[in-house]
Amino acid sequence: MARTRTIKVDALARVEGEGSLRLRLKDGVIQQLEFGIFEPPRFFEAFLVGRDYSEAPDITARICGICPIAYQMGAINAMEDALDIQVPRPIRDLRRLIYCGEWIESHGLHVYMLHAPDFLGLADAIELAKVNRPLVEKALRLKQIGNEILAAVGGGRAIHPINLRVGGFYRAPTKQEIGALVEPLKWAVETSLETVRVVSAFEFPEVEQDYTFMALRHEDEYPIHEGRLITNRGDDFPVRDFEDHVDEEHVARSNALHGFMKARGAHHVGPMARYSLNHDRLGATARQAAAEAGLGPVITNPFHSIIVRSVEILQACEDALRLAENYEMPDRPFIEPEPRAAVGYGCTEAPRGICYHRYELAEDGAIKSARIIPPTAQNQKIIESDLWQVVERNLHLPDEDLKWRCEQAIRNYDPCISCATHFLKLEVERE
Amino acid sequence: MAARKKPRLGVWKFSSCDGCQLTLLDCETELLAIADEIEIAYFLEATRREDKGRYDIALVEGSVTTPEEARKIRDVRRRSNLVLSVGACATTGGIQALRNFRDVKGFIDLVYAHPEYIDTLATSTAFADHIHVDFELRGCPPNKNQLLEVLSAYVAGRRPVVPTHSECMECKARGTVCVMVAQGTACMGPVTQAGCGNLCPSYDRGCYGCFGQKETPNTGSLAAWWREQLRMDGRDVRRRFSTYNANAPAFREESERHG
Repeated sequence: MARTRTIKVDALARVEGEGSLRLRLKDGVIQQLEFGIFEPPRFFEAFLVGRDYSEAPDITARICGICPIAYQMGAINAMEDALDIQVPRPIRDLRRLIYCGEWIESHGLHVYMLHAPDFLGLADAIELAKVNRPLVEKALRLKQIGNEILAAVGGGRAIHPINLRVGGFYRAPTKQEIGALVEPLKWAVETSLETVRVVSAFEFPEVEQDYTFMALRHEDEYPIHEGRLITNRGDDFPVRDFEDHVDEEHVARSNALHGFMKARGAHHVGPMARYSLNHDRLGATARQAAAEAGLGPVITNPFHSIIVRSVEILQACEDALRLAENYEMPDRPFIEPEPRAAVGYGCTEAPRGICYHRYELAEDGAIKSARIIPPTAQNQKIIESDLWQVVERNLHLPDEDLKWRCEQAIRNYDPCISCATHFLKLEVERE
Repeated sequence: MAARKKPRLGVWKFSSCDGCQLTLLDCETELLAIADEIEIAYFLEATRREDKGRYDIALVEGSVTTPEEARKIRDVRRRSNLVLSVGACATTGGIQALRNFRDVKGFIDLVYAHPEYIDTLATSTAFADHIHVDFELRGCPPNKNQLLEVLSAYVAGRRPVVPTHSECMECKARGTVCVMVAQGTACMGPVTQAGCGNLCPSYDRGCYGCFGQKETPNTGSLAAWWREQLRMDGRDVRRRFSTYNANAPAFREESERHG
């Protein structure tokens, strides 16, 4: 007798924004599997038109409260590309420092509060705190140190910082303001090492994919806020060529456009891609910690992403510590931009992967057109292909457990649906 | 004596960047203490625990931009004793209220290949435009300490203490030199509600109004000063009033005067 199974989750939890999964199975065969995004559209690219170039960093920050620096820095890089501005080293270092803060805050939130509960069979971090309060207290302190960096460099707050501008900063932080980060960061390095050990002891479902990874690549650093784009299929191109390689399509189930590589189909962005393409750029401590956690130089199981994120927290803490210890105030906090008609391109490694910006400016600096391709939009197709495997390998599970496993697989990507547009509903139908 | 029953809290997201609910998760030092005092019954970003019950306190972030959201906020109201709107989107429609001034169909055509897939309202509006709201907390994002004050106040059964005077008062209290008078930098401080913690002026930057309009703001006077003293043109004045609280009545009217 044909057996139909229907599993439905109306709203996927512990992701940023609102999305859904529809799954219909007939006799154990997947009939339909769609990861959808119903976050209401907010039209940023449309209302950027006619605004001044200098407004783009603050306006685009409002795409995402969790990774505002990714948007501010993407917009700033693009505007500085258009206006031909090169910032001096101390400003560059401050930018990397604040971006490390965002990685620590965002990854810390995801690893401990959004993802770890899945591996432990708990509903949330509050339940985790009932089982292991000291662990959650440490996790919160680690995340808080990320926020302290954001506030120290970003002008007093972690969400939508006010101090970043095209050309540099409104006011350079004092040595004292940055120096206050050093001791907390020493503690954070130790705690993030411990985090790698804690999460690597979890049990990992088995899924393997031969992904096409895309990430930034920098001459000598683990990539965060600059570099060229590369893939593990031999592509290597500057940010300005991104749209020659990547396009987006609009599908009915999603208010977020689906990104894909024109020549290769679905590509994977985010911590796993960054790590696999830049393993040789990790610092010695992070590389050692990764090896001890059992990670090779290339990641193929998406459930290992939680370990990779922890390794990246460690890397960001070490980088931030070094930058904070060596900080010297720049002579001038910013370079005054001179508007001109031009097109500019920017791409940085948001916590969830590459985030691309392009702006066309008029002579007076007004924005004529804008295009932003966030990481979660690029990962939607990959999330669906992971889910096919997860479902096929877990058909024996009762509906409730299968549903949870699917949610966990989606959370491997820390999808930021606010960014991609934003709603996660999970529906599974079995026939 | 029986233990006091914990108040039940629901946290709801509408059209937004998630930053306001993140403000609650950013209360790292206080979060576990909050969870000791308040039952976090519904908070999708933080827990997969589902809950269909009633709430003592509903925190709502984001704005109403779809027919579904207009229905959802009425449902939240019916199920909650107190509804607290948090943030610029919730209290004025937020940055996405910029659509209210334009043709939303044109926006959809610009961003999406298949406009027929998109179900959206022509406007982005505050919750108070749809339901009775018990308290509105401003800010893009809100100030963490103000959010804690609002929660503590309602748990204790009193009104929150959140000033409605201008950002200028924060500069005076902190001794920040006026950026407009001393540097000729355009500043929204005189018409913007205090509460951010005096951020922009203390970083040599003009306030950009993310806390929305203060009580009885004199926007016309400020705009005239900008135009006379700073030689700003109409487009620049309009842009400054049309940002994260573009649909706040005084800001909206002022921006429309400089078309």
